Parts: sequence; C-alpha cells; structure tokens
Amino acid sequence: MLLEGLLRTIPVSLEQGLAYGLVALGVVISFRILSFPDLTVDGSFPLGAAVVARLITAGIHPWISVLVAVATGFIAGCCTGLLNTRLKINSLLSGILMMTVLYSVNLRIMGRSNIQLLTVDTLLTPLEQLELPRLVPLILFFLVVAVGMKAAIDLFMHTQLGMAMRATGDNEQMIRSLGVNTDHMTVLGLGLSNACVALSGALVAQDQGFADVGMGIGMIVAGLASIIIGEAVFGIRTVARMTLAALAGSVIYKFIIAVGLRLGLAPTDLKLATGVMVILALGIPALRGKEKEGKLHLRGV
Amino acid sequence: MLQIEGLRKTFNAGTADEKRAIDDLDLHLASGDFVTVIGSNGAGKSTLLNLIAGSYTTDQGEVHIDGERVTGFSECRRAAYLGRIFQDPLMGTAASMTIEENLAMAELRGKPRGLTWGVTASRRAAYRQRLSRMGLGLESRLKQPVSLLSGGQRQSLTLLMATLHLPKVLLLDEHTAALDPKTARTVMALTEQIITDNHLTALMVTHNMRQAIHYGNRMIMLHEGRIQFDVSGQEKAELTVQEVVARFGGTLNDEALLG
Repeated sequence: MLLEGLLRTIPVSLEQGLAYGLVALGVVISFRILSFPDLTVDGSFPLGAAVVARLITAGIHPWISVLVAVATGFIAGCCTGLLNTRLKINSLLSGILMMTVLYSVNLRIMGRSNIQLLTVDTLLTPLEQLELPRLVPLILFFLVVAVGMKAAIDLFMHTQLGMAMRATGDNEQMIRSLGVNTDHMTVLGLGLSNACVALSGALVAQDQGFADVGMGIGMIVAGLASIIIGEAVFGIRTVARMTLAALAGSVIYKFIIAVGLRLGLAPTDLKLATGVMVILALGIPALRGKEKEGKLHLRGV
Repeated sequence: MLQIEGLRKTFNAGTADEKRAIDDLDLHLASGDFVTVIGSNGAGKSTLLNLIAGSYTTDQGEVHIDGERVTGFSECRRAAYLGRIFQDPLMGTAASMTIEENLAMAELRGKPRGLTWGVTASRRAAYRQRLSRMGLGLESRLKQPVSLLSGGQRQSLTLLMATLHLPKVLLLDEHTAALDPKTARTVMALTEQIITDNHLTALMVTHNMRQAIHYGNRMIMLHEGRIQFDVSGQEKAELTVQEVVARFGGTLNDEALLG
C-alpha cells in the first residue's frame, strides 16, 4: 500500500522538481558560480508569475508574456547587483532589499494579491488538451525546458565571458588583475540567475493555474535544499555536474516532500521541514568538529 | 618603460593612525630593466606595487607606462599593460577552474571577452607545449583543477600566465616568500629565465637581501616611502650583503631581510 502510494508520487515529483529546478539552476549561478548569497529569488519568482499572469489575462500571447517575465527577472537581478557593486551595500542586504521592494512591485503588477489563470489559454493549454494523461506532456515539456536551460548555462560558462564570471566567484582579485571588471560580471550573473528564477515562476503559475504574491516565500531555501541534496549525489567538480546536481536535487527534494506529506506531514509544516533539512546539511560538518565547510565560501558578507 | 613622478600615498589621512606609505617618490625604469625592490616592513614596497597596478588610488603624482599616462585608470584597465604575481600562491589562479582555463583567461588579459569558446584546440596544444618547457609535468594535467597543484606549481603556473600575453611591465610581489627554500629557488630560476628570454621590464619586491642583490640589473631600497639607495650596473654586481648592512644596518632592523 505504502509502496504503491510512493510510486504514485513519482510523476508529480518529477514534474514539480523540473519546474522548480529552474530556481535551483538560478541559485547555482548566484551561490555557486558567483559565490554571491542572492536572496532576490523570493521576490523574482513571484515577479515572473505576476508578469505572466497580468499579461496573459490582458490578452497578450503566452510566449511573449513569458519572455517579458524573464526580462523583468533579469532586470531585478541586475538591480540587486547594482545595489551591491555601485552602492556598496552588503550582498545579503542587497537581496533582502530587492525581495522586499519586489513584494510591492508584484502587488502593483497584479493589481491584487492573486490572479487565476484556469479560464484563460496559457502556454500549457495545448499540452493539457492532448489525448494523454495530463502529466505526461507536462513532464516532457518541463524536461525539455530544464535540460535546455542547463545545457545553455553549461555552454555559456565555458565561453570567454562565462569563464570570467566563474573566476569572479572563485578569485576576484586574480581576474581583476587580468583586466575583467568584476562588478559587471556580478551584475550580469545575478541578472541571468534571476531571469532563470522568473522563468520558473512564470511557468509554475501557468501550471498551477494562478499567480499569488506569496508564492515566493521560502523559495531560496528550497533552492538551496535542492542543490545541497543534488551535490551530495553528483559533486561540484565541473559546471555540468553542478547544474545536473541542481536539477536532480530539485526532483529528489520534491519527492522527499511528497513522501513527507504521505506520511502525515502537514502542508503548513513544509517550510519548517525544508529549513531543518538545510540546517542539518550545513550544520552537521560543524557538529562533527570538522573545519568550516569550504564549499560555501561567499563574497560580500 | 615605467615612469613614476612625485608619487604620494597616505593612509588614514587626518587621523591618529596617519601613515605616509609613499612620499614623493620618483622612479624611471628603462625597457628591459629588471629592478629588485628591498626595504623593511612598512617601507612602502607593496604599496608602490599596488599604486602602479591601480589597486590603490594615488593621492598625488603620475604613473606612465610605455609613454601612456595611466594615473587615473582603474585596476582592470591597467591590466592591459601589467602582469602581476602575488606573494600568496593561491592569489594568482582560480582554484576551482582547470589549468587550461586559467591559462586561457590569462591570455586574454586586458582584452574584451566575448561569447566565443574559452579554450580552443589550437590554444590547448600551445599551452601543452609551453607547460612542457617548464618541466613540472603539468602538460599532462591540463584538465585538472588548479586546486590539486602544490604551491610551487601554482606559482610557476602564475608566472607562465603572466607572460602568455607579454606585459609591458611585470610586477612581482614577494612571489617566492611563501614557498619552501627549494621550491623558491626553482620558481626564482624560472622567473629569471622568463624575464631574460622575453626581455621583460620587471619590478620585483623581495624580503630577501641575497635575492635582491643576486637578481636583476638594478636594486632600489625603500625607507619610509622614499628611495634610500639606488644601485645598478657594475656597482650592483659587486655589491655584497655585508656592505649593505654596514651602510644601512640602522634602517634594516628586520630579521627576515637578512635571512
């Protein structure tokens, strides 16, 4: 009985894991590649959802709506980067400020605290109308989008520009002495990261049928949980592994959550459970008396 | 090649901790000069290098490299002219990136970076050849992350990186001080070879008097932000540690300096 129940959670975990995996990919770019603890995510995720919901209900084509949502996420990330590099505001605080600002911005965009999308045509409507079980085309769609994004990030990080971005997170002094403006790299990287997150928000809103101003709460912690789980399995030696770890970790994370719900965890306790998961993952090495984990070295804090 | 006029830098100006690090300093380096810089702690050696590289802004004075005024240039803009190696072997390379990626990034020093592939097959072959000439066995480890290398290997790699795209001036900031004596000698020999082979203009800060006397064609001694002693050519070749200590022992109160 239990086993059968667990098996039934797999398709939905896969779909959700891939859709939210785009958030984890964004978190890889900020936390891992740039070593920048960017908390904008909790605001840029609902930003993507809000923009897409507002535009689609206004009759704009879903594809264009998604593109605009991604662009606004990019701008939001750049703003966080500028707060940090231009105004010299601490990196954590820059993200918190943007996240707070975006809460009001998202309410302005939507005009109210949520917009439902069940009665309008979205990007996913043609897929849902196929003569297939609902989840099959959706899983394929999110698989294509997530893997495509992963591949694009992998390729970009091996270009001249992408290598300069990775070096900015690894050894800022060194790459600056090689003539790279590390401020530009930080702003661009945070833009790309939040563009990824906003894309996730835009697609999730269409998948679940509504955009809500509160849908981003705890998103950064969930993203971190995903990459920590994934990295425990796949390691972080190359960019391709990091991005693979993010996607796989996101699916595993959603599966763990689904199992927890089946075992009687209240949906309201999910963020508590996620928080405890991240605290344990980050804290166990310290409790074991090991040196501070060198993995999560962060700039500007 | 490098012209410094009336350079001044004061830290914590107007406070009780005010410190004149560089005080009205003039220095001219001809093309091909290999100048060693010595002085006790706080004499202004590293500050001088940081001012040349643009890591610190100057309070007063001018810096010209190869005839071009770079005084107001940011650190990353000056990178087009300068190669720089730091004391800490960890500073010169990106640990999580591979040997070939570090080399490719260094080769683009001071140039715009675009969306073309970072490490191409033809460049990889060139890196392999350059690395094999160093004799450290790194040519077979191109795809390994730099974090796996020893301090001496990392510093040697940094040297090669600084010279892939030849700089107008090479700045060496006590770059062998953090290495064990044997590795330090190897890296120093490699440094001299690279400077000679490429006719580079170099400024080497060192804490080691013997090293300062042995290498280069000119030596300057800094004291309280000024040049206290400037010796070159034949006179420098005949200089001994004892002579310098006899003349400047009073200002050279630093144990390590004489080590």
